[in-house]
Amino acid sequence: MKINRFYLGIGACLVLSYLATAYVDNQYYFFAGFAILQLMVMALAWNILGGYAGYVNFGSAAFFGIGAYSAIVVLELFDATFFTQIIAGGCFAGLIGFATGYLTLRLRGVYFAIATLALLVVAETLIVNWDYVGGAAGAYVLPTKNPTILGVLIVGKTEALFGNYKELLFFIMCMITLATIVICRFIENSKFGRGLAALRDNEEAAECMGVPTLKLKLIATSLSATIMGITGGVFPYYMTFIDPVSAFNLDISVNALAMPLIGGTATWIGPVLGALILGGLQQVVTVTISSSANLLIVGLCLVAFVIFAPNGFLGLIKKYRKNGN
Amino acid sequence: MLAGGEPPANINLWNVSMFSFELLLNAIVIGIFLGGFYAALSIGLSISFGLLDIVNIAHPAFIILGAFICFIFNSHYGLDPILIGIISAPVFFLLGLLIYRIYYERFEKIGAEPLRGLAFFFGLMFIVEVILIMSFGVDYQMVHADYIDYKATFGVIDIPFRMFVPFAIAIVMVIGLQLFSSRTFFGRAMQAVAQDSLALRLMGINPVKIKMIAFGLSLATCSIAGALLVIIMPIEPSVGRLYIGQVFAIVVLGGLGSQSGTLIAAMLLGLLESLVTTFFGPSWSPAIAFSALILVLAFKPTGILGRVGDTRG
Repeated sequence: MKINRFYLGIGACLVLSYLATAYVDNQYYFFAGFAILQLMVMALAWNILGGYAGYVNFGSAAFFGIGAYSAIVVLELFDATFFTQIIAGGCFAGLIGFATGYLTLRLRGVYFAIATLALLVVAETLIVNWDYVGGAAGAYVLPTKNPTILGVLIVGKTEALFGNYKELLFFIMCMITLATIVICRFIENSKFGRGLAALRDNEEAAECMGVPTLKLKLIATSLSATIMGITGGVFPYYMTFIDPVSAFNLDISVNALAMPLIGGTATWIGPVLGALILGGLQQVVTVTISSSANLLIVGLCLVAFVIFAPNGFLGLIKKYRKNGN
Repeated sequence: MLAGGEPPANINLWNVSMFSFELLLNAIVIGIFLGGFYAALSIGLSISFGLLDIVNIAHPAFIILGAFICFIFNSHYGLDPILIGIISAPVFFLLGLLIYRIYYERFEKIGAEPLRGLAFFFGLMFIVEVILIMSFGVDYQMVHADYIDYKATFGVIDIPFRMFVPFAIAIVMVIGLQLFSSRTFFGRAMQAVAQDSLALRLMGINPVKIKMIAFGLSLATCSIAGALLVIIMPIEPSVGRLYIGQVFAIVVLGGLGSQSGTLIAAMLLGLLESLVTTFFGPSWSPAIAFSALILVLAFKPTGILGRVGDTRG
C-alpha cells in the first residue's frame, strides 16, 4: 500500500508539472523551478555515493560539465537530437566516473575526494584548450525550430505540447528529478543499498562479511556520475550558450554537497528537502541581495550544519520530536 | 642569389637551436624557483595533512587570505609584503588554534565520519573565498616593492627577483621547519603524535595540545606563503582552488609528513610545470599538478619518501 502511495505521488507530481507548463504564464517560475530542480538532481546524485556509501565527491561539477560538453560534441559530430545528447552526456560522465573510481577508490576516502577535485580542474583545462567545442570562449546551442516526436509538434506557439523551450526543459527536468528519486528510493531498499550502508559504517568489517566493497563503490560512483552527466546534458540547451567557467563551476560542487548535508544524508528525502530550502533561499537572496551573497549563505549553512546538526534538517526534526515526547 | 640566400638560412637554424637551449636553461632556473615556492605553499599542509591527519582542504584559501592581507597593508601603508607576512603569521597561528579547537570538539573527539570533517573545511574554503570576492571583487591585485621588478642576468640566464626572493624565503622557511621538527622537543612531539598518540599520552603529554599548536603552525605558514604568492603574481580570490592540486600532489608525492620529501616533490613539480608552460603554453599548466596527483594516487600512493601503507586503509 505504501509503495503505491509513493508512486501515486510521483505520478501526481509529473501531471502537476505538465499542467503548470500549460497554465502558468509567468516565465520566472520556470526559470527558478528549473534551477531548484537542477540542484535537486545533483544533490540526489551526490547522495548516492556521499550519503549512502560515505565517499565525498568534490567534483560534481566535473561530471556535470563533462555531461554538458559531451552533449555539445555529439551535436557537432552528428547533429544529434536533444535526447541523444543527454544520453551521451550521461554515458560519458558515467565512464569518467568509473575510471576515476577505479583509480582511487581502493585508497582511503580522502584521496577519492581530492582526486575528484583534481578531475574538475583537469577537465576544465582540457575543454579550455579544445577549440572544437569552443575553447575558453564557449559555444552557442540553437534549439531546432518546430521539433516533432511521432508527428506531434512539441514546441510551438499554437497546437503544440509546450509553449516554448523553457517549459519543455522544465518538464524534462521534472521527469529526470522524479526518475532519480525513484532510483534513490529503490537503492535504499535494495541489497545494493544495504551493502553501501555496511561499507560506510565499517569497510573492513563489510569486506570480511563478504560485501564486494570495491564493486559496490564503483557501481555507486558510475551511477552518480551518470545522473550528474544527464543533468549537465540538459544545461547547454537551457542556457543556449555554454563556456568552461559556467559548466565546471565550483559552485555546482558546493551546492551538490551542501544540500544533502543540510537536509540529511540517510534517505532521498534529505537532498530533496535541502534543495527546496537552500535552493528557494538562494533564489530569494539572488533576487533581493546579490548572487555572491547567496554563495556565502550556502557556505555558512554548510559549515553551521556540519558543526551543529550532523544529521541535517531531518535529524533536527527527529531530535525535536523525541524531546517533545 | 642562391649563394647569398644560404648563410642566413644557416644562421637562422643555428639561432633557433641556441634560442631553445637558452629557453630550456631559463625554464629550468624558473622551475627551481617555482619549486621552492611550491614547497612553501605545501609545507604547512604536510604538517596538518601529513602528520596530524587533518584534511585541511581550505589550506590554499588561507594562503590567498594571507596574500590579500599583504595586498591591503602594502597598498595602504607601503609596507614590505614579506614583513607583513611575518607580522601576521602569529594571527594566523591563533586562527589555527581556534579552527583546530572546533574541529577537535565537533569531529575528532566524537569520532564523526571523515566526510563531515572534509565538508567542514570545504565550507571554510568557500566562505573565505566568497568573503574575499565580496570585499575585493574578482579583479587581479598586486603588491609593490623595489626588488620585485629587479632582474639579474648571468650570461644567457635571467634571474628575476620576483621569483628569486620568494624562493630564498621559502627555502629558509622549509629548512627552518625541518630543523624545528627534528631537533626540538616540540617538533619531535609533533612527529610522535603522528606515529602513536596513545604512547604520547602515556608519557604524560597531551596530544590534543600538541596537535593544536602544530595546526596553528601549519596555518602560520599560510601567512608567509601568501606573501610569497602575491610577490610572484597578481592574485584574485578564486586562484586558491588552482593550488589545491599542487599542494596535495606535493604532500602525497613527497610521502605524508616528510618535510624533505615535500621539498623534493615541490622541486619536481615546479620544474615540470615550468617546462610545460615554456614549451606548450600557460593554459595547460593547471592540468599538470592535478594529473600528477591522479597518477601518483593511482600508481605510487606512498610517495617518494613515504612510509609503506600510509594511504591505504
